[in-house]
Amino acid sequence: MAKWPKPPEGSWTEHYPELGTGPVSFLDSISPEFYEDEREAVFKRCWLNVGRVEQLPRTGSYFTKELAVAKTSVIVVRGADGEIRAFHNICRHRGNKLVWTDFPREETSGSCRQFVCKYHGWKYDLDGALTFVQQEEEFFDLDKDAYGLVPVHCDVWSGFVFVNLDPEPRQSLREFLGPMITGIEGYPFEKMTERFVVRADVGSNWKLFMDAFQEFYHAPILHARQTPAAFSIPAAANGFHAPHYEIDGPHGVVSTAGIRPWNLPAEMRKPMEDATRSGLFGPWDAPDIGPLPDGVNPAKCDPWGLDSFQIWPNFVILIWGQGWYLTYHYWPTSHQRHTFESTLYFVPAQNARERIAHEMAAVSMKEYGLQDGNTLEATQTMLESGYVQSFPLNDQEVLCRNLHKVAVDWVEDYRAERSAPSDAAAVR
Amino acid sequence: MGLLPEPFADLEPYAAVWSLPTEGERYDRRLASTMDELQTFYDACFPRLEAAIAYCDGVPLAEMPDDVVRLMQLIYSLVIVSMPVEAWRQPNVPDAGAARLDRIVEPMP
Repeated sequence: MAKWPKPPEGSWTEHYPELGTGPVSFLDSISPEFYEDEREAVFKRCWLNVGRVEQLPRTGSYFTKELAVAKTSVIVVRGADGEIRAFHNICRHRGNKLVWTDFPREETSGSCRQFVCKYHGWKYDLDGALTFVQQEEEFFDLDKDAYGLVPVHCDVWSGFVFVNLDPEPRQSLREFLGPMITGIEGYPFEKMTERFVVRADVGSNWKLFMDAFQEFYHAPILHARQTPAAFSIPAAANGFHAPHYEIDGPHGVVSTAGIRPWNLPAEMRKPMEDATRSGLFGPWDAPDIGPLPDGVNPAKCDPWGLDSFQIWPNFVILIWGQGWYLTYHYWPTSHQRHTFESTLYFVPAQNARERIAHEMAAVSMKEYGLQDGNTLEATQTMLESGYVQSFPLNDQEVLCRNLHKVAVDWVEDYRAERSAPSDAAAVR
Repeated sequence: MGLLPEPFADLEPYAAVWSLPTEGERYDRRLASTMDELQTFYDACFPRLEAAIAYCDGVPLAEMPDDVVRLMQLIYSLVIVSMPVEAWRQPNVPDAGAARLDRIVEPMP
């Protein structure tokens, strides 16, 4: 495998001098105190992706999103005017969770004309206005206009729906995403509506699983057995080198060169890959999705493998060269656990053969994900032992280095703000 | 009336076990099987796979009768079982322990 040119500084890491090259601490991934501040500093201030517009096809379509990290649940709904809005999922009367089905802690979705509280029947329209109070005459000077659902800032970019729990977001969604991420606008996300969603409860800090999928240094080793020896042995000997890394604000991207499995010798493939013409990298026969925007495949590789856009804090859009994409979400539930969600998006299958190729890709992804997820639990427990406190990262791990730096920077800024309240007010 | 379209009558015994509607059920069946059972299923069905795909391909996805849907599900199970047979040599993913990744949304069929 050819090694790719690096920036003039000699490495991707040194191209971003603020990152340094020294060993890294993972205290940010094992400390309950850090996690408590991270909730406030990061998750209650950032734009968070909660889904896509296709999940809200018409007026009254809604879904709920549990945000344990912010100790809330939000309702996301499409109104009569077509706008998508978000509200805290709480009835203004006595605080019951407004929208849920059977299990109060589980997410739900559906379509409705209005929201009705299960407890005392208060009703809210799709814009959040309180429209009906049971036995209204029994209340004391109740002004219904003052008791609408509590809105959450909500905006849409390229069909991705984001919320921001900050009372006054410090940046617009577009400013927050920045030029590198908005540079992929125009990719036909809206055509890829066939979805496979997998979810897991993972026993590690959310950032450690982010790390697992933002470097591919591990791939030839951890996943060696998933490929025939004729493939895996030379892959491990060559190691992994990405042709392109980029950091833009808190976000990052890694782009890789492609493998064309059908051009490999047969002994390097598995029989099921030949039978389904598909595998981990997706269907071999890519759909025609037209020209790609400039921000995609930034190193202009041919063949091109994938771009993994790491959108701070916990959202990944991974675009495959074979005409499909997936997203990852890492939702913290404690300093040492998180809920991992992976969603695969394909242009809807037109026939059984395409559908089976999608199935093969989804099944292959899961096999890899199971290895990755379980390894993370092994990492978390030993980091928590505390006997080793600094860890060397190589140049192919530059995005890991950046993620932990950004997390520490945001938390330290928050702590500084909190310890100097008068200055913080001025900053706002 | 069999579970599968008539040209695949020879695979009926496997359909009874493996034509399961969701990925979660198929994956759980894999974990509950021995390597011998997985190998037997794979050896019997893999040589018929191309014919099965071609048969399903002749029926529009949105209008599949139940027997064709069950043939699709049998193919999906064969895909799931190919991982232990072709790669892992054990039903579970190596080093995956009790880890789970549950599919909560999938296209049907």
